[in-house]
Amino acid sequence: MAENIPMLALSSTMTDGTITAWKVAEGDVVKRGTVLCEVETDKAVMDYESPSAGILLKILTAAGSSAKVGDSIAVIGKAGEDASALPAALQSAAPQASAPAVVAAPAAVSAPAVVAAPAAVSAPAAVSVAVSVSALAPEAALPAAQAVSRRQDTSPAAAVNPAGFPRSSPLARALARDAGVDLRALRGSGPLGRVVKRDVEAVISGTAERQAASAGSSGGAAAPRTVRGREGGLVDKIVAASRTRMVVAKRLSDSMREAPHFFLRSAVEMDRLMALRASINAGRDEADRLSLNVFFVKLTASAIVRNPTINAAWKGDSIEFKRSVDIALAVALEDGLVAPVVRDCASKGLADIEREFRTLIAKAKEGRLQSSDYEGATFTISNLGAWGVEEFTAIINPPGSAILALGAVAREPVVRKDAGGAEAVAIRSMLRATLSCDHRVIDGAVGAAFMRDLKGLLEEPALALV
Amino acid sequence: MAIMSYRDALNRALDEEMARDPKVFLMGEEVAEYDGAYKVSKGLLAKYGAKRVIDTPITELGFTGIGVGAAQVGLRPVIEWMTHNFALLALDQVVNNAAKMRYMTGGRFSMPVVFRGPNGPAEYLASQHSQSFASYWAHIPGLKVIAPATPSDAYGLLKSAIRDDDPVVVLESEMLYGTTGEVGNAEFLVPIGKAAVARPGTDLTLVTFSKPLHTCLEAAAALEASGISVEVIDLRSIRPLDMDTVRASVARTNRALVVDEAWPAASVGSHVAWLISRDCFDFLDAPVELVCSEDVPMPYNHALELAAQPSVAKITAAVKRALYQE
Repeated sequence: MAENIPMLALSSTMTDGTITAWKVAEGDVVKRGTVLCEVETDKAVMDYESPSAGILLKILTAAGSSAKVGDSIAVIGKAGEDASALPAALQSAAPQASAPAVVAAPAAVSAPAVVAAPAAVSAPAAVSVAVSVSALAPEAALPAAQAVSRRQDTSPAAAVNPAGFPRSSPLARALARDAGVDLRALRGSGPLGRVVKRDVEAVISGTAERQAASAGSSGGAAAPRTVRGREGGLVDKIVAASRTRMVVAKRLSDSMREAPHFFLRSAVEMDRLMALRASINAGRDEADRLSLNVFFVKLTASAIVRNPTINAAWKGDSIEFKRSVDIALAVALEDGLVAPVVRDCASKGLADIEREFRTLIAKAKEGRLQSSDYEGATFTISNLGAWGVEEFTAIINPPGSAILALGAVAREPVVRKDAGGAEAVAIRSMLRATLSCDHRVIDGAVGAAFMRDLKGLLEEPALALV
Repeated sequence: MAIMSYRDALNRALDEEMARDPKVFLMGEEVAEYDGAYKVSKGLLAKYGAKRVIDTPITELGFTGIGVGAAQVGLRPVIEWMTHNFALLALDQVVNNAAKMRYMTGGRFSMPVVFRGPNGPAEYLASQHSQSFASYWAHIPGLKVIAPATPSDAYGLLKSAIRDDDPVVVLESEMLYGTTGEVGNAEFLVPIGKAAVARPGTDLTLVTFSKPLHTCLEAAAALEASGISVEVIDLRSIRPLDMDTVRASVARTNRALVVDEAWPAASVGSHVAWLISRDCFDFLDAPVELVCSEDVPMPYNHALELAAQPSVAKITAAVKRALYQE
């Protein structure tokens, strides 16, 4: 049975590929793993290895042409099989099904083949519809129709997902889901490039011959590279990035590249805030106690109200100011990080904000966060104080224009005036706060005014009442 | 343990059940004076007399109907069809009377009747006498259907069928009557509705029943030489189906092949393949394969006759497809 050879997603972001050269000619015998052609993706030029064995019956995408992921680039089958009889119904069903291709088919094709074709005909498939039609001389029409029905009988689910996911067995999908492996980064070893159990297991065990373009591979098959150390957890391996990781990587790269960052640092005396928190929590059950972060969120919101430019976003040729102060809190997960958002923090009380964050963080840890839970923050706070970090700078979390990086609160010697007005060394609980600003929206003085107000509120929280 | 033929195992089961229960009687064409067309009833006329071992005219609808009526009033008839090809003439009695009587009487009548005879392709019999009707019976709610593939199961399942209060169709096999195997000396029953793991394995679950079991075991032995471990499950009963055993196996092997000597459309094999696809979806690493008879009337030419049926070569190829080794 002849098989269509589809363009595969050779990298996670690839939507189409250009064939730079064919390495085999029509009529050549190919084995599974034979390099069929070179494909230029958005990342690199890679070898395309044959997922099937047989005779290369037909090349559908000539060297120099490009094909969308899922479209057929060639047909492999047995000697003597008629490649042109391979039905259009086998092509991928891309969403933009085009009427002209459907209309064109019935005119020239005999009735049985028409019945099979329209359901799955799509714009990219139009090429092979034309091929089929031209080959369907009257005497050839019946075998072609039979090929359609036989093929559909044996392989009803053999469509490539137009989103670029490769074919995969249900077991492979279940294994990948459980292990957090991204199927799009894999090349399947099964028929038609189907990702099967052994492919996912190879990734999990770290012996994958992967061709993830993001790893910079030029397409050659890497030898198994696992050498497990006796001592500990260090292992040579390549692990496909999870969806979360991919999103984090893209968003932060974009932010760092596009937003001109500058940084403002302040040392904040925390004694009054710590005392205030202690007195509020003294009357509360353990489960209801307020975290230090919720005070930071609330007082930051108060400082933002006094400095509305902080709550704005760069829109290319305009600046969007927001009424609602939507503050995100960065939360580390096992694989990546998320920043769930509490909306309108300026008008909410400490207890409400605390409750909302607890719910969101619990959801984040279970992987159940909805996009509405983390999108659209106008400001973000990242607190690494729990790790003992003294101070750090953070990358702005778009579409916000600023992010506040908080270090640990520590007892330090500081210079203060005593009751008599003389300078003396005192011991205080100090915090280093660093604001990263997007200079397209926030100028130095605007950011500095915000930091002055924030420092004032953190040092004397009663001012928030004013 | 005694080594016994499939034919003699059925004879022993009939003999023991007739001795045990005077309500059991045997009726069919040539079962008495001729000792049965395939000698399954050998010696029973001499032992139990003409009132309990009854030769009938060549009238399948008639004597099958007499069996249904006898069961309705409390006897336990065993109706022998010379082959299931002739049972087509009795289809109405089985489908519309035997299978539905308990249901239509609100449980007041039970139907303890057994219909038995050889089913499936044999050799040199041409298109009208060489075909499997397993799915005809398996399709009907109200029937139980068993398909023993070994002498031991033939003995134990036939005894269970005779003691069952519901109508049971027994699919025997002309090609199996002469095959031999161990049968326990002590009396035993094989429960209806329980599959057997005929050969344990780890790489693929092969589900089959009746005569093709032996072809499958032969293929599994051949595949072992190339390092492929096939688990062979003999369904033994095809209504009710023991899917628990099948599911547990597929969950371990992640691959399944069904082998059925019937045609592909609407067969027991295609039904089992669907059940596996549905129930084991997340465990499957490859599409469920089906090897069956070709979708043609049985050719008379012997080479074509063999080529039309499941073979070691076809089974081996399907196993390798499912393992992505083709």
